Amino acid sequence: MSNVETMESGATAAPAPGKRPPKIIGDKVNVYYGEKQALDDIDLEIMPNEVTSLIGPSGCGKSTFLRCLNRMNDVIDICRVTGTITLDGEDIYKSRLDVVQLRARVGMVFQKPNPFPKSIYDNVAYGPRIHGIGHSKSELDEIVERSLRRAGLWEEVKERMESPGTGLSGGQQQRLCIARAIAVSPEVILMDEPCSALDPIATARVEELIDELRENYTIVIVTHSMQQAARVSQKTAFFHLGRLVEQGDTDEIFTNPRDERTQGYITGRFG
Amino acid sequence: MTDMAVETKPSQAVHPALNAKRVAKRYAAERRFKLIGMLAVCTAVGMLGLLLVTIVARGLPAFWATHVAIDVTFSQEELDPQNTGDPDVIGNANYRTLVRESLQKIFPDATGRSDRRALLGMVSSDASFQLRELALSDPATIGTTQRVWVKTSDDVDTFVKGQISRDVPEEDRRVKDQEIAWIDQLEAEERLEVRFDVDFFTSGDSREPEQAGIWGAVVGSFFTLIVTLALSFPVGVLTATYLEEFAPKNKLTDFIEVNINNLAAVPSIVFGLLGLAVFLNFFGFPRSAPLVGGMVLALMTLPTIIIASRSALKAVPPSIREAALGVGASKLQVVTHHVVPLAMPGILTGTIIGMAQALGETAPLLMIGMVAFIVDVPGGITDAATVLPVQVYLWADSPERAFVAKTSAAIMVLLGFLILMNAIAVILRKRFERRW
Repeated sequence: MSNVETMESGATAAPAPGKRPPKIIGDKVNVYYGEKQALDDIDLEIMPNEVTSLIGPSGCGKSTFLRCLNRMNDVIDICRVTGTITLDGEDIYKSRLDVVQLRARVGMVFQKPNPFPKSIYDNVAYGPRIHGIGHSKSELDEIVERSLRRAGLWEEVKERMESPGTGLSGGQQQRLCIARAIAVSPEVILMDEPCSALDPIATARVEELIDELRENYTIVIVTHSMQQAARVSQKTAFFHLGRLVEQGDTDEIFTNPRDERTQGYITGRFG
Repeated sequence: MTDMAVETKPSQAVHPALNAKRVAKRYAAERRFKLIGMLAVCTAVGMLGLLLVTIVARGLPAFWATHVAIDVTFSQEELDPQNTGDPDVIGNANYRTLVRESLQKIFPDATGRSDRRALLGMVSSDASFQLRELALSDPATIGTTQRVWVKTSDDVDTFVKGQISRDVPEEDRRVKDQEIAWIDQLEAEERLEVRFDVDFFTSGDSREPEQAGIWGAVVGSFFTLIVTLALSFPVGVLTATYLEEFAPKNKLTDFIEVNINNLAAVPSIVFGLLGLAVFLNFFGFPRSAPLVGGMVLALMTLPTIIIASRSALKAVPPSIREAALGVGASKLQVVTHHVVPLAMPGILTGTIIGMAQALGETAPLLMIGMVAFIVDVPGGITDAATVLPVQVYLWADSPERAFVAKTSAAIMVLLGFLILMNAIAVILRKRFERRW
């Protein structure tokens, strides 16, 4: 398949990670919602410590694929997944796998900022608490501070840790959600259009943050904004009608797309 | 603009909304609708107002009782001839004689047998118990003469309150001419006084209207509701949470859902029959007890709580669930840490409304014997008891004129509790209303 070719050429061209094995490998992933097939034979590799962006028109299945990576689709009764997805070589859909453990390793940030209606502190401390990370109050305080610092929110909220998370501005809420996700020390962070509800300034802040987070985490981001994909990601995958049309280095895809559908989409002819 | 539109020739394309006739029609329709709506609101409010005014007007007098001042001589030879000071002796003395003697002093003319009986009938039979209490609580009163305010009988009370007219012919009147003459004399001597009736709130039921109170029914209602709450709240919330959050969506859960809704529509008396057949006859639980009443009402309240809780759970936005799942919370943690706490105000509101329904329910309790005439204030959930609405039913059924006012007064108390409960529900809803 041409996809595989593209993927391989992309991997060899990647400068920084060298020959490191991919973090996540999707192999012939099919997703069905009842009778309807949402994803068709997706083969995709996600490299560690890189930002991979999934782009494509609405309804193309990019969010569905993203949600397969931490099995968030499990909550939907009619959803069925075939094929294999491996995280560090381990099949995440095998029956003995603990979904809770998986989601602790693969965190998620959603389209709409969704802090819990609790204090800022409790928002960040919730994950560590339920996973039993940080037993003492001081350990927990440390995790909360570190997470908020990494999310670039510490300076803005350190004086009001007990005020409700829902009282923050949209951009701050989204960074709080990022802090909440990284508080459980995941290896991968999935972001489902994290900036679609934010203004340009808040978006710039979050994009900056994504770039910083790449050092420690593997990031997969779904976005509708081509500019955003170009700005933040090293790898890009273009989805169309449930198929993976093209994937590769972001620079490649945006300057020299192989498929004419990709070209059509990134130049704005359809979408 | 609209005028212009009317004048333009039909051949020209006129925007239909600019047609003056159409616009006028639309406005008229709107005005008509508003008028009808306001009429509907006025009707509803008017009916409610009428109901409340009637009940309050009828019930208010029942909170007051006519008292008469009698000068009682607590004579030594009558109460304690041997001067033992023994409470048993004092307690067993004939206080009726004391009442009769003191009345005799006021009306020396009443000497005939029937006159004397009528005279004694002027005061409540409770008067002799009142005197007994006095003598027992302070033995020093023995040997003295004291002015004591005792309750009049219900007939005198209703007459003093003006509910029996003097114009009615004597044979149709509960209070005879002779008694009216006595009442007039008492009034002239300033021995009659209408006082606030504390007994109404502190005593149990009685065959004598002037002694009947609602405390027994209030306590009965309280115990019944405690049982109802203890059974229906946990079962209802667990059912709702399981059905909403955990149960797979299939034919069986659909069937259960339909039947929960059916259960909400079952006439309440059917629950009473069920209680009679199952709880009383099969399990042999005590008759007339708040325990069984509470169980029956819990069955009746369950669907209300389940339906309200389910909609409260449904109203919790999915984004909160996703957020919790996203950081690796298990399904149970999502539900217990986030969904249920967020839905709690709605669940509590539904519960309080269900409790208010249960508080006002009569029919099922009739079937399990809570309609019995019970004078004692119940001391626990297995004692025989009655509840407020059943008390209303019992009093409404009593022939004495004075019970008419008592009935309305009991309804006022019941409505007071219902309004209080609904107010708490509204406050809870307002207080914890969340905007996501």
